[in-house]
Amino acid sequence: MPIPVARFGPVVVFSTTLGAVMQFGIFTVSDLTQDPTTGRTPTERERIKAVLAIAQKAEEVGLDVFALGEHHNPPFFSSSPTTTLAHIAARTSTLQLSTATTLITTNDPVKIAEDYAMLQHLADGRVDLMMGRGNTGPVYPWFGQDIRNGIELAVENYALLRRLWTEEVVDWQGKYRTPLQGFTSTPRPLDGVAPFVWHGSIRSPQIAEQAAYYGDGFFSNHIFWPPEHTQRMVEFYRRRYAHYGHGSADQAIVGLGGQVFMRRNSQDAVREFRPYFDNAPVYGHGPSLEEFSAETPLTVGSPQQVIERTLGFRDYVGDYQRQLFLIDHAGLPLKTVLEQLDLLGEEVVPVLRREFAALKPAHVPEAPTHAARVAAAGGPTDSTVHADGDSVTGRAPGERREEVEIR
Amino acid sequence: MSTQGGSTRTIAVVSAGLSTPSSTRLLADRLTAATVTALGDRGVPATVEVVELRAHARDLADDLLTGFANEPLRAAVDTVVGADAVIAVTPIFSASYSGLFKTFFDVLDTDALVGTPVLMGATAGTARHSLALEHALRPLFAYLRATVVPTAVFAASEDWAGGDRAGADGAGSPLADRVTRAAGELADLVAGRPPAAPADPFADPTTSFEDLLRGGGT
Repeated sequence: MPIPVARFGPVVVFSTTLGAVMQFGIFTVSDLTQDPTTGRTPTERERIKAVLAIAQKAEEVGLDVFALGEHHNPPFFSSSPTTTLAHIAARTSTLQLSTATTLITTNDPVKIAEDYAMLQHLADGRVDLMMGRGNTGPVYPWFGQDIRNGIELAVENYALLRRLWTEEVVDWQGKYRTPLQGFTSTPRPLDGVAPFVWHGSIRSPQIAEQAAYYGDGFFSNHIFWPPEHTQRMVEFYRRRYAHYGHGSADQAIVGLGGQVFMRRNSQDAVREFRPYFDNAPVYGHGPSLEEFSAETPLTVGSPQQVIERTLGFRDYVGDYQRQLFLIDHAGLPLKTVLEQLDLLGEEVVPVLRREFAALKPAHVPEAPTHAARVAAAGGPTDSTVHADGDSVTGRAPGERREEVEIR
Repeated sequence: MSTQGGSTRTIAVVSAGLSTPSSTRLLADRLTAATVTALGDRGVPATVEVVELRAHARDLADDLLTGFANEPLRAAVDTVVGADAVIAVTPIFSASYSGLFKTFFDVLDTDALVGTPVLMGATAGTARHSLALEHALRPLFAYLRATVVPTAVFAASEDWAGGDRAGADGAGSPLADRVTRAAGELADLVAGRPPAAPADPFADPTTSFEDLLRGGGT
């Protein structure tokens, strides 16, 4: 039951600037992969430090978003994304921090509610999340779940997560988690506004349906499958978004992944990237780089080629709000990744920003930010829940001490 | 039996033969011709689409690694998944279906062939492999929940000689009899069913999201 809360006056400064028309950034899966050109595999410490450097560099070169994956098995390090993102938050000032993805199936939704509300406060609102089910079979049993219940878990856990963020006191009972009575998730979301949520799925229309139902964002991986598939998923999400009354289909919030490798001379890009492609953990030793580039949105070439290919994404998904690139996987060394960020920041993203903004009709929403969402909610509210009790005993001041005598 | 005759049905033929010409394809063609004739006898016109897996050998390996079918393979998969019936023929290698044959069915969605009428055939150098149809192929299609006709057709090298009872055109040979019987069984199944409706995973859901939610927490 909502408790009346005091509104701050109009002098309050929003935590972040109002949104960009469209956001550009990078996402990483946090893999520790052998560099096929040197035979060297980074240590966990090296790779963790490299990802921190990559995130900071992303802000320096003018990108908007850094998104981090979550995995619970080698060769990945990112089992604790909010720890990493909180560190990055402290070292950046404008970078939007996100996930790619947060496992809504095997994480306790209570812990997600707590962790990401906490991160929201630490990062002054620069936080959103992308929900995913995870594709590593054993993670489900390791966390006491069954992969066959993946969709049901995503549906139930997310419904609870939303309630934990929007309702101060939650009574809840479901199928997959122990019931809650009188539970308050703390800290409360910053300014009374929960982080924006994207739902990511490569091939499940049910997840696009979930995103549409809530009016949340839908993120298409857009790396592993052909554009026609992404087009059908996004079309479905947009149609269902309109069906549920959140706006017209072209007002739905869409994000895309993408994979690029650039050098000024496209021949150099192909020559340098080929060994990483050929040995990549996910698709290596299969199709050629040329075949995969033709079948999927992978672009290896000059910055101009990346610009042209990326602008073409709009032709099949419509105006969209967020573009994330995968640039640091398959064993690419840090130095190379930082050079990719320079090219993205200096040559690619400024052109994409300008071109996409010029094409976007006024009624298509800008990329969601905390500031914009707070403004849409009528301004910030302090949603702190002050417990009646003191911090030591949990009892209210002056409350009569009741002793229970055990006979 | 009642027939839903009239509208044209599509028969997809999956042949996993490797040589050209291959006896596997030869058997597939015999089964296909007999099925088209049997459907014609039941007043059901049919068109035939042949998928030669040899042409998709690399596409299939790529799909195993990337998780998606490239364009040529996608066309082949769509043909088979959308057909009214499937005639599937493989050579027997090492006591079972060939790896190429199995890979094609591995990359289909698990429910892509649910209820689809299937006629199985196999070829090998010797009749001692004939039960591979029953201990390898039939369980595969049972897993896929396809509707497999009772008669499976095996052709060993010697069957192409026609056998003792064959007439000049091969009619009356044990192989020809089996082909005719199996084709009749498949034609009965196809003619008794409405034409296959294309499945669209992006059609508006029949289960509302509210129902999904009710299945979960309260």
